[in-house]
Amino acid sequence: MTNTHRCWVYGDNVNTDVIFPGKYTYTLKTPEEIASKALEDLDPTFATQVKAGDVIVAGRNWGMGSSREQGVTSLKYAGVNCIIAESFSGLYFRNCINQGVLPIVCTGLHLTLHTGDSIELDIANHTIISGGNHYSFSPLSPSVQKIFDAGGLLPMLQKQFAAAK
Amino acid sequence: MTGYTFVEKTLARAAGRVNVRAGDILDIQPDVMFSHDNTAAIRRIFEKIGAQNISRPERAVFTLDHAVPAPTTEHAQNHAEIRQWAKAQGIRQFEVGRGICHQVISEEALVLPGEVILGSDSHTTHFGWLGAFGMGVGRTEMAALWATGQLWIRVPETFRITLIGKPPAGVTAKDITLRLMKDKSVGGGAYRAIEICGETLQHWSIDELPVMPNMMAEFGAMSAYIAPDERVLEYVHARRARAVQAADSDPASYRFRPYEPLYPDTDADYDEDYALDVSTLQPQIALPHQPDNVVNLSEVAGQPIQQALIGTCTGGRLSDLEAAAAVVKGKHIRSRLLIIPASSEVLLEATRNGTLATLIEAGAAISTPGCGPCMGNHMGVPASGEATIMSGSRNFKGRLGTTDAPTYLSNPYVVAACAVAGKIIDPAEIIGTMEA
Repeated sequence: MTNTHRCWVYGDNVNTDVIFPGKYTYTLKTPEEIASKALEDLDPTFATQVKAGDVIVAGRNWGMGSSREQGVTSLKYAGVNCIIAESFSGLYFRNCINQGVLPIVCTGLHLTLHTGDSIELDIANHTIISGGNHYSFSPLSPSVQKIFDAGGLLPMLQKQFAAAK
Repeated sequence: MTGYTFVEKTLARAAGRVNVRAGDILDIQPDVMFSHDNTAAIRRIFEKIGAQNISRPERAVFTLDHAVPAPTTEHAQNHAEIRQWAKAQGIRQFEVGRGICHQVISEEALVLPGEVILGSDSHTTHFGWLGAFGMGVGRTEMAALWATGQLWIRVPETFRITLIGKPPAGVTAKDITLRLMKDKSVGGGAYRAIEICGETLQHWSIDELPVMPNMMAEFGAMSAYIAPDERVLEYVHARRARAVQAADSDPASYRFRPYEPLYPDTDADYDEDYALDVSTLQPQIALPHQPDNVVNLSEVAGQPIQQALIGTCTGGRLSDLEAAAAVVKGKHIRSRLLIIPASSEVLLEATRNGTLATLIEAGAAISTPGCGPCMGNHMGVPASGEATIMSGSRNFKGRLGTTDAPTYLSNPYVVAACAVAGKIIDPAEIIGTMEA
């Protein structure tokens, strides 16, 4: 199945301090508050204009820096369920999986797109269609896919603990 | 058959396996798991899991360090929840003022050579200086660790960095780390473990050893490692002996478990090798807004500086304070100079040996041990347009709490010299030759 998604396009080495500033990490708690600060120091238009189903398309090393999970949850609460990048910070990639946000590693796409452009995403067939071109991406490894399919690490553990009772 | 890297050995041990290879996916049981001011948020996730108690409480550690003393009621409330949770679960918790998680856990010898430590903090790579595997995890992962005592991990490939030569006077582990960042870029170590080796290491003080492993977080690495030498093993031994003598310590407790340092095999397989000759390196500086935006210090001399900071888990140890004191001794600073020791132990020793007096006489402001403004919470947040130079590791836009305030990274001599001059300057111009 193919779905159309509007893109927010960014470059290389976008760090978690500009995705979700550190000064908010211990005081903002509700999803609405956290979403309102997403990309505050990278793109001040994002938090007010993002719509559910939008995707991020970026260059190398997306999400480098802090381990803060709000780097992922601020985008998730804003409606982003998929981030496409040439590569991810390892910690950020884990945080994506654990939050049920799909990280897709895809080379060459971000340079062909501008914010506001649309792409078609066929997750089952690991394909992105953009400007008439097909880009394929690798599936997640089976153990990682298992966490993602459960909706993330928390729902997976909730099921395990509920079953053990 | 090829030999094993450090991570292959230590992760095999943590997974209860005989041997593992890069690429294997394992469930590991860490020897130590720690969290800091994010502990209360992790508890909220933990409770959603449906677990009742932390599964291996003796392995958990909480520190209060990221916003201490509490700058607002909300931060104070957060700390109060953490104290209550530590008490309810019987978890070792370090109070406001004891210091930064990585420094305190090292000083207390809570993690040991050859072991695995997971922390809900990206700079957990720091523990490579003790010959331990340290990896940062997210909040949900820490909640999972509390609930189950284990976490999945893909055994990383290893990138070996060999440091060659004796660094010139005034060139520290910080300069060498910044230069590596420039050469290989942030992300140069992505997804991989780093082994740092070479003759240069013997020229680093014990306080300098953590600098490069710590900043492997900025390098994108999963973890870092330096083979523990006699100095490090003595450090660990002395600190365990001190703890076991303390009135409240039980020698039979988990804290005093046996350990075995692990070393990579000489025929281990490396994903990449990089050699850096440091013998002619000049002092380095990272310009805004990325730690690999690095140039020789001389290229940017003269830029005005409003605030200088000696502190953080990267650059707040005794040798950093002493370096700053050597530069400012007998002078008066032109820009603000903030001194935030990495721990109470650093603060105490700097008080006893006169370092603090020298700094205060020169006009420095001294604050409570902790992360200081390196998260933008408090204690040195700059005004718009103000330039800060610091001995820390991260100069991303907004890192210190203000979006349009540029931050520079350099070694502690340079940071102190900039405070004296009110601009970027080579410390040799302040104190004459660095050989002194």
